[in-house]
Amino acid sequence: MSATHATGKGMTLTLHVWRQAGPNAAGRIVDYPAPDISPDMSFLEMLDVVNERLIAKGEEPIAFDHDCREGICGSCGLMINGSAHGPMKLTTACQLHMRSFKDGDDIWIEPWRAKAFPVIKDLVVDRGAFDRIIQAGGYISAPTGTPQDANALPIPKADADLAMDNAACIGCGACVAACPNASASLFTAAKITHLGSLPQGQPERDRRALAMVAQMDEEGFGGCTLHGECQEACPKGISIDAIMQMNRDFVRASATAVQAKEWSGAA
Amino acid sequence: MSWLRTFWASTVGKKTVMAVTGIMLVGFVVAHMLGNLQMFIGAEAMNKYAALLKSTGELLWVARAGLLVAAALHITAAYQLTMINRAARPEGYAKQEPQVSTLASRTMRLGGVILAAFIIFHLGHFTTGTFHPAFSETGVYGNVILGLRSPLVAGFYVLAMAALGLHLFHGAWAGVRTLGLRKRSADPMYRRLSMGLAIVVWAGFTAIPVAVLLGILN
Ligand code: HEM
Ligand code: SF4
Ligand code: FES
Repeated sequence: MSATHATGKGMTLTLHVWRQAGPNAAGRIVDYPAPDISPDMSFLEMLDVVNERLIAKGEEPIAFDHDCREGICGSCGLMINGSAHGPMKLTTACQLHMRSFKDGDDIWIEPWRAKAFPVIKDLVVDRGAFDRIIQAGGYISAPTGTPQDANALPIPKADADLAMDNAACIGCGACVAACPNASASLFTAAKITHLGSLPQGQPERDRRALAMVAQMDEEGFGGCTLHGECQEACPKGISIDAIMQMNRDFVRASATAVQAKEWSGAA
Repeated sequence: MSWLRTFWASTVGKKTVMAVTGIMLVGFVVAHMLGNLQMFIGAEAMNKYAALLKSTGELLWVARAGLLVAAALHITAAYQLTMINRAARPEGYAKQEPQVSTLASRTMRLGGVILAAFIIFHLGHFTTGTFHPAFSETGVYGNVILGLRSPLVAGFYVLAMAALGLHLFHGAWAGVRTLGLRKRSADPMYRRLSMGLAIVVWAGFTAIPVAVLLGILN
């Protein structure tokens, strides 16, 4: 079974994993011994090995979300030993390697916890709330067709950098998971800052801030109290400076009373 | 006024109100501390200062009303946001390791409750005299000395000022950021300025009950 992964110098770990059969089932932490784990495995490969062994024993494998396994899709959110995506900074769970742990370690693995991220099964949560926040305003309305000349719209380097830094968000939800208030401020602010830094994002800037913040609240995320945990947990290094931008845009849009009236009338 | 309702309904709107009112209260607290330190100059200076404040008449009431409204809004927003934030995580983690949040950031609510209790006691103590053993309308210096001779009362002042220092350490930094008044920075968690402010305010206020207890002020 796990012979293909055995290296002979494997680690022996004890996993404490949240198991929950379905959205409405009661869940609990279940302990699994995990012997013969190679330090070269990624965290998800380690879970694969544990699952192969569970399947061989006729037990239900541990459900966890994953897709790219290269740190770009944002699916693999796991709370590992009490920190989102585990102990390595700027690293998703799929890019974390078992050499970050020691032989004999206990590893706690839990799903993201937020009212707005309901558990589907075991470690898999529904991050649809993020999609709805994006749908509320995380886009620009540009005419499609032949792309315009790349140099037709000059953008200062600093603005382009700021937009790129914030566009790096992969929607993983670690910010929500790490936040003591389960706030989605960093995610929402990253998108608002990304689009709001570019000329293409200006026409909808006010509406975007109002609508995305409203949707964020509507989904049941908490508010920001500037603990800073989100920035620390973010695998893409999104700065809490983005939250300043979101708040400024929101306040400015609200103060533009006419536009706000138009918008709240439409909402 | 529908925009105002939309604004207050949102977590960002409430937080903005908290930041604005919080910064107003910080301004008051700093001025109040400087005023109080005249205790160390002497009874005459302190009583003269208090008389000067009272002589401003209507202006004093405008300032009091402003502070009261600020405090009420601050507390209301804090309470409502706390409820929203609690509801946002109905099920907690078996294990969670705080990474960069501080003791101050995690005790803002507890500290706020201590400060609210303190303000009620404090107004009854030195402003109305309700809780004061020998209150004099004109003798502020004597009121403070007599009022703080009880170790229990002085201890409460010391405790409350520790809570105030912590509250300021996080709050002064956070309030400015909530309002988006800082430049982008490579280290947004940097808060040496609010650390300095918190220490000065904490030390300035705490000096008085401690000095009374030690008999330095009498
Ligand atoms: C050890 C610390 C403190 C001492 C010794 C002190 C002393 C005093 C005194 C003597 C007065 C009455 C002034 C007068 O009526 O002439 C006063 C008023 C007041 N204090 Fe303090 N205070 C302290 C800390 C604080 C703190 C931390 C706050 C708020 C966070 C505060 C809030 C107030 C308020 C709201 C008033 C009423 C102002 C008014 O009547 O308009 N005090 N304080
Ligand atoms: S801001 Fe960072 S932590 Fe939050 S969803 Fe985006 S990439 Fe993940
Ligand atoms: S699986 Fe895609 S980011 Fe981890």
